[in-house]
Amino acid sequence: MNAYVSVMGMDKKGIIKAVATVLSDNGVNILDINQTIVRGCFTMVMFVDLSDLTTDLAGLKANLAIPADAMNLRIKVQHDAIFSAMHTV
Amino acid sequence: MNNFNNILETINMIERDKLDIRTITMGISLLDCCDTNGEIARQKIYKKITTLAKDLVKVGEDIEEKYGIPIINKRISVTPIAMIAQACDDEDYVAFAQTLDAAAKAVGVNFIGGFSALVQKGYTKGDKILIESIPRALAVTDRVCSSVNVGSTKAGINMDAVRDLGRIIKETAALTKDHESIGCAKLVVFANAVDDNPFMAGAFHGVTEAECVIHVGISGPGVVKVALEKVKGQPFDVVAETIKKTAFKITRVGQLVANEASEKLGVPFGIIDLSLAPTPAVGDSVARILEEIGLEVCGCHGTTAALAMLNDAVKKGGVMASSHVGGLSGAFVPVSEDEGMIAAVKMGALTIDKLEAMTCVCSVGLDMIAVPGDTPASTISAIIADEAAIGVINNKTTGVRIIPVVGKSLGDEAEFGGLLGTGPIMKVNPFSSEAFIARGGRIPAPIHSFKN
Repeated sequence: MNAYVSVMGMDKKGIIKAVATVLSDNGVNILDINQTIVRGCFTMVMFVDLSDLTTDLAGLKANLAIPADAMNLRIKVQHDAIFSAMHTV
Repeated sequence: MNNFNNILETINMIERDKLDIRTITMGISLLDCCDTNGEIARQKIYKKITTLAKDLVKVGEDIEEKYGIPIINKRISVTPIAMIAQACDDEDYVAFAQTLDAAAKAVGVNFIGGFSALVQKGYTKGDKILIESIPRALAVTDRVCSSVNVGSTKAGINMDAVRDLGRIIKETAALTKDHESIGCAKLVVFANAVDDNPFMAGAFHGVTEAECVIHVGISGPGVVKVALEKVKGQPFDVVAETIKKTAFKITRVGQLVANEASEKLGVPFGIIDLSLAPTPAVGDSVARILEEIGLEVCGCHGTTAALAMLNDAVKKGGVMASSHVGGLSGAFVPVSEDEGMIAAVKMGALTIDKLEAMTCVCSVGLDMIAVPGDTPASTISAIIADEAAIGVINNKTTGVRIIPVVGKSLGDEAEFGGLLGTGPIMKVNPFSSEAFIARGGRIPAPIHSFKN
């Protein structure tokens, strides 16, 4: 199963490291990354493969909530089908 | 990887613009639950609902988790109970409502619809008993919703039922007077009711439907408003096109959720209801869309035209995004459930008369209208008759969900709570419709030629 991990918040050092560490620790492979900073606002979307996930989706979200709380970020994990459904005919 | 901006657009729709799936509704046929013994019929009903819908809430929550989109309600609709209950000799159907309530609580759904009767052409024994049971049924249950269809384009309007329901609504209000007469918020009087409506309070599982199906009701007024903010001042062609594109995107998500729910529950997919369903939350209002189109306040001149265009564009965009469309499909205008409408009523811009005009071009009718508690039953019946006439003549669904709030008068507000919102008490015409309603009988079905 492929999914998108989206990360939003004010830019600061170590965001990518913190998120990537949690993903790696939970068996998630990062396939692609797109990231931008607009007026200090950090936005990153990671396309990830969850087929070797060592926990369930709720567990991964709970683990990502730890850096999200610590660094004041909003992190979402969503199955890729919702984006394909909405934006392709 | 999808386009970066597309991904952000979807996330913003959900996070900022309150895009959600309003309801996954499981329609369950109870036709095989009839029994000459009422108690046995109720046991069959309870067992069937709690068996078929046992995983409904869990599956809904799993889909929310997977796609990161809220699914606000998980609900059940059943065959109109008047048809099922009249096989038995019971002279009161409140116990059937209590069985539905217990089954809804057992599986964790927040509403169950179908304490209903279809009487557009006349009453059967069971229809009459059910209608007389409505006030007590809605007073002693928490999650049961009731509806009565009093008219259709093919049958005309049953004016005996229209007369009786004015009184039934008053009785329902009186029995729930300690809670802002909230019983009436769970009762819809329809003309041309549809068999596959997933939205409450008017959902029931029509007799032509399959054994068990999954319907999905979408939402998303906030998303449409934000999309229109980007085309300020542009001609209506652009406005309509923008609404269509947005409705398409919203509906595609609804179809995705419906397919997934259908597969996981092992139940066929029924329909998507393409509706803009508002909530009392700021940023989730249909009225604010109309204002974004250029009206100073919802209810001013131009509102009917703006709503007609909105309703049509939502359908055009949504139809292509879904394999089966049904239900009510269009824009809802439930006053107490829409933050912008509440504000418009308070400012004096939106009246019952204007709402009546709006219901000629949108998907429902006079919805969640709070009126003074001393409004006569005949006036409520006459309001129902007017709405039914609009539906019957124009070949569309109309409904009335009106709450004569006991103890409240003009200038007051009724606090219904949750998604039902806050209803400012609206002015009704003070002149009497008593003699009109006292006639009873049936208004004949309209002719379908010479349309002018």
